[in-house]
Amino acid sequence: MAVISNGTTLINAGALDSGVATGALTHIKTLTASSSSDLSFVHGASGVVLDGTYKEYVFKLINMHPASSAKMNMFFSTDSGSNYNATVTSSNFSAYHAEDDSATSLYNESDSDVAQGSTVPLIRNLGGDQADSSGVVIMHLFNPADTTFVKHFLTTDSYVYGSSYAAFSDRKAGYVNTTSAVNAVKFAMASGNIDSGTIKLYGVS
Amino acid sequence: MALISNGTTIFDAGAMASGFGGSMTFIKKLTASSSATLSFVNGSSGVVLDSTYKEYVFICKNMEPSNTGGPDFTFNMSIDTGSNYNVTKTTTQFNARHSEDNGTATVAYVPNNDIAQGTGFQIIADGVGGAGDECADGIIHLYNPSSTTFVKHFIANFVNYRVNDNAYNVFTAGYANTTSAVDAVQFKFGADNIDAGTICLYGIA
Repeated sequence: MAVISNGTTLINAGALDSGVATGALTHIKTLTASSSSDLSFVHGASGVVLDGTYKEYVFKLINMHPASSAKMNMFFSTDSGSNYNATVTSSNFSAYHAEDDSATSLYNESDSDVAQGSTVPLIRNLGGDQADSSGVVIMHLFNPADTTFVKHFLTTDSYVYGSSYAAFSDRKAGYVNTTSAVNAVKFAMASGNIDSGTIKLYGVS
Repeated sequence: MALISNGTTIFDAGAMASGFGGSMTFIKKLTASSSATLSFVNGSSGVVLDSTYKEYVFICKNMEPSNTGGPDFTFNMSIDTGSNYNVTKTTTQFNARHSEDNGTATVAYVPNNDIAQGTGFQIIADGVGGAGDECADGIIHLYNPSSTTFVKHFIANFVNYRVNDNAYNVFTAGYANTTSAVDAVQFKFGADNIDAGTICLYGIA
């Protein structure tokens, strides 16, 4: 059954018509960690869209909690997740503040940047030793399906650093240095599992 | 009555089915008019600030203080539906600034504006100009406020016409160090009124 108003089709064949305004941020997929070795978004698998449908994708990592404190990394693939080894160059700077007020800083964090490597440190030391520790990240990935340009990304985060009770916030930016389409993204701890956490993928129209 | 098209439920029980529409849902708009505070309290005046969403976004537009001396725009959280805005926080802040006369341009950590396990209001735009066209604008992301397991992270980014004729880009992040649910958020210019401005609250599905 179609719904037509004043000659305009609003709904047909089980879907809203493309002309109906629905908002520009579209939820694509939610993955939830439960002692997971990694969380991966692969275009065409399990309802994931990560192609030319959108020119911007946003990953939101919420309350990521590792089995034990460690670095969280991300990886990009150009072969639908068979290999997560796309080359990246990126920069990072960080601000932090200890809970006991003993230390603050704003600095270039070279341990979290990449020079033509394939392992991208996303969170330098995600606290997992305390039950209430976690981290959140916003990661924008631009035009991953493009076959002309490199693929830029931007990240912003907030997390409890390791076991040291400090508020950390990083800003990262860089590019996947390939003209092949990026069609999969993986998140994993450098050691141990992702104990819990949710990653949501959105497309921006 | 449900509306079903081609076997797919589009509307039911007075709401659009999940999977349709955008992922960013407008919840509430507050408009200042010589207001001492602007407060979003879950369950009050149509405000939703609970487990319905894992991410909430506050967008503050044209926040102007009544005092032209440059008060700080601040926010705090509550775990008792607004009876007290005094949640313990550890936070970081840095800014980039540039003066209109081109005399100053810096990037720096701001030790006076961070919090180490304090309960006071967090400065998110400092020294906001209140004369004529001066104001501050910005965005705050608040994650999973209803969690009773994790701390509550926030990430804020404001641009500010500072009272000393500087453009300030202010980055603040940190966490409410509580495992109680945060169910209210309040904004204010210290002891001064919010002369004008709007704050919109959105939920991200």
